[in-house]
Amino acid sequence: MPEEVQKEIEEVLSRDYEWGFVAPIEEEVAPPGINEDIIRYISEKKEEPEWMLEWRLKAYRIWKSMWERGEEPHWAYAHYPPIDYQSISYYAAPKKRPKYGSLEEVDPEIRRMFEKLGIPLEEQKALAGVAVDAVLDSVSVATTYRKKLEEMGIIFMSISEAIREHPDLVKKYLGTVVPPGDNFFAALNAAVFSDGTFVYVPPGVKCPIELSTYFRINAARTGQFERTLIVADKNSYVSYLEGCTAPMRDEHQLHAAVVELIALDGAEIKYSTVQNWWTGDEEGRGGIYNFVTKRGLCAGKNSRIMWVQVEVGSVITWKYPSTILKGDNSVSEFYSVAITNKRQQADTGTKMIHIGKNTRSRIVSKGISAGYGNNTYRGMVKILPSAENARNYTQCDSMLIGNNCGAHTVPSIEVRNPTAVSEHEATTSRIGEDILFYCRQRGLDEEKAIELIISGFAKEVLRQLPMEFAVEARKLLSISLEGSVG
Amino acid sequence: MKPLVEIRNLRAGIDGKEILKGINLTINSGETHAIMGPNGSGKSTLAQVIAGHPAYEVYEGEVLFEGENILELEPEERAQKGIFLAFQAPVEIPGVPLLEFLKTALNELREARGQEPVDTMSFLSKTRELAKEIIGKEEVIYRGVNEGFSGGERKRNEILQMRLLEPKFAVLDEIDSGLDIDALKLVAKHINEMRNPERAFLLITHYYRILEHVKPEKVHILYDGKIVRSGDYNLALEVEEKGYDWLLESVKA
Repeated sequence: MPEEVQKEIEEVLSRDYEWGFVAPIEEEVAPPGINEDIIRYISEKKEEPEWMLEWRLKAYRIWKSMWERGEEPHWAYAHYPPIDYQSISYYAAPKKRPKYGSLEEVDPEIRRMFEKLGIPLEEQKALAGVAVDAVLDSVSVATTYRKKLEEMGIIFMSISEAIREHPDLVKKYLGTVVPPGDNFFAALNAAVFSDGTFVYVPPGVKCPIELSTYFRINAARTGQFERTLIVADKNSYVSYLEGCTAPMRDEHQLHAAVVELIALDGAEIKYSTVQNWWTGDEEGRGGIYNFVTKRGLCAGKNSRIMWVQVEVGSVITWKYPSTILKGDNSVSEFYSVAITNKRQQADTGTKMIHIGKNTRSRIVSKGISAGYGNNTYRGMVKILPSAENARNYTQCDSMLIGNNCGAHTVPSIEVRNPTAVSEHEATTSRIGEDILFYCRQRGLDEEKAIELIISGFAKEVLRQLPMEFAVEARKLLSISLEGSVG
Repeated sequence: MKPLVEIRNLRAGIDGKEILKGINLTINSGETHAIMGPNGSGKSTLAQVIAGHPAYEVYEGEVLFEGENILELEPEERAQKGIFLAFQAPVEIPGVPLLEFLKTALNELREARGQEPVDTMSFLSKTRELAKEIIGKEEVIYRGVNEGFSGGERKRNEILQMRLLEPKFAVLDEIDSGLDIDALKLVAKHINEMRNPERAFLLITHYYRILEHVKPEKVHILYDGKIVRSGDYNLALEVEEKGYDWLLESVKA
């Protein structure tokens, strides 16, 4: 990327990127705390080349100076006690599995959810961490697919493997969209990232499968500092799905992931997320802090990036999947449905930075608040002077369930080109006893009624999901709201 | 004739305030009853209590449906037994197409009764046909339930739903309010078409005019939470001519 563009991006993005966390730690391996020795230890454990270690160390120094200057962000609409970074352990060997001898030992609440979601028994076991005798079908399926993908030139592997096997590609793109100095949490992630995914699709290749749909069990094992890098070369296409509808528990409370997407000329990336990390108990105790930096770069002409997210879990979410529309005629869309129930606090939204001519963006955000949850949409649309004829459309709807929750909308629109057009629409509605009673009078039980009402509300987002996930996601939404009405 | 609905000494209210103060009413299969009464007499409360709105409290009494007390049942269980309420103020469910809503509802009812799900194609054509006839345009079935519907269209939509769900007992709470004379006749026509020896209706209304087209077998006057007078269709005529005051005077006397 040319330097002035990089600067512009940094200028636009960095000041807004902030977050915070907290973290009790129950597990093992690396001693708690962060310092250069720990970074060296992580890099050595992962058998990384020297350049990667240097990259991490540089990131660590950036993070350290941010920390010393007190630059941990606190502007999000979320409240949590201060995080002691020196009490966190930053490296754990691949988790010891299994934890349980049989499914009966797993938390009944989790088992109930598995059943409701209709997850096959063998997958339930794998997800919950139960010993499995049989070789999982999905593992062999994964191997088969990986071969096929290799034949097409598609690289799809863990980022640790990619650092070793494809160093030139990783070096060329890593940190170009989310530089280590971008924000406090991105710097932390760059210094200590545990693992993640690397995808490269060569020119003209359309990836024939939904990456990671067969992959969801593996996805359950992702660490707390995940790093994903997806590069779609000219005129290629890839659809990637992260996460899983099944509830995920983790002993690490603080999660700070970074995702970078790069679409070259005419390329298209679709990135879908289903996030169902543990929300904590009724008081929010023990829930995951999910502080994520996700950003895509429409680097080339006519490129396209689509974000789809279904955010149901975590006690605190701080996440703004964003796109920099640099290439002329590039297009980006953001579709989000976020639920906050119990004591969950979600501050989420997107940024669309228009740089190229005729760039278009569309934002559809659906927030649902129940219990004592707080749901904030925070969005930024920025149209730079170079973005002739840029177009943006934003729709931002909130639904409230009960009287103790909150919905907040913090849009920011900055248009610096007179030919550009930006539209913003917002609504707030409420599911009350009356709407629920109406459905029940027609014969629907409460769960079905909520499913129907919520799927109507979130329809535009759900229909963007890969088919097989749309049904599960719809169920997931209603399950996570169970008992919150009336 | 066998009793379909028997209400016995029903006392109920909301937020600790007693509104129904001992209702007794028996409706046989095949009958249509009307309940009239001034504002605040408890007409809508009776409808909500029969359907099981959770905000209402029952202090005493029973509501038997086909001989079984339904007061402990969930609203959806009552619906599954064949009780339908046409709401006085039907709500809007944005984004949920009317067709999907009705199909889901019908299939829930059928499942509870051990029946197969409805055939999608024949249900679609029937719904379109009825929507055209009752609401005046078939494309409404693809819109969200009552989304952007006028008051009159919402009332007609209740009738459409009643026709498709085919309840055994339908309570129509002020179905006539806000309808012009043509719409009123249309609603009455559909009620009349559905009348049969197995089914019963309870019409709650302020006004005589719908009764002129439906001609109920029985008319009851509700006042201060009690049925103060019951009679045949002529009672409605009398109220129309002399107003409630006349009746209440005679009750008090």
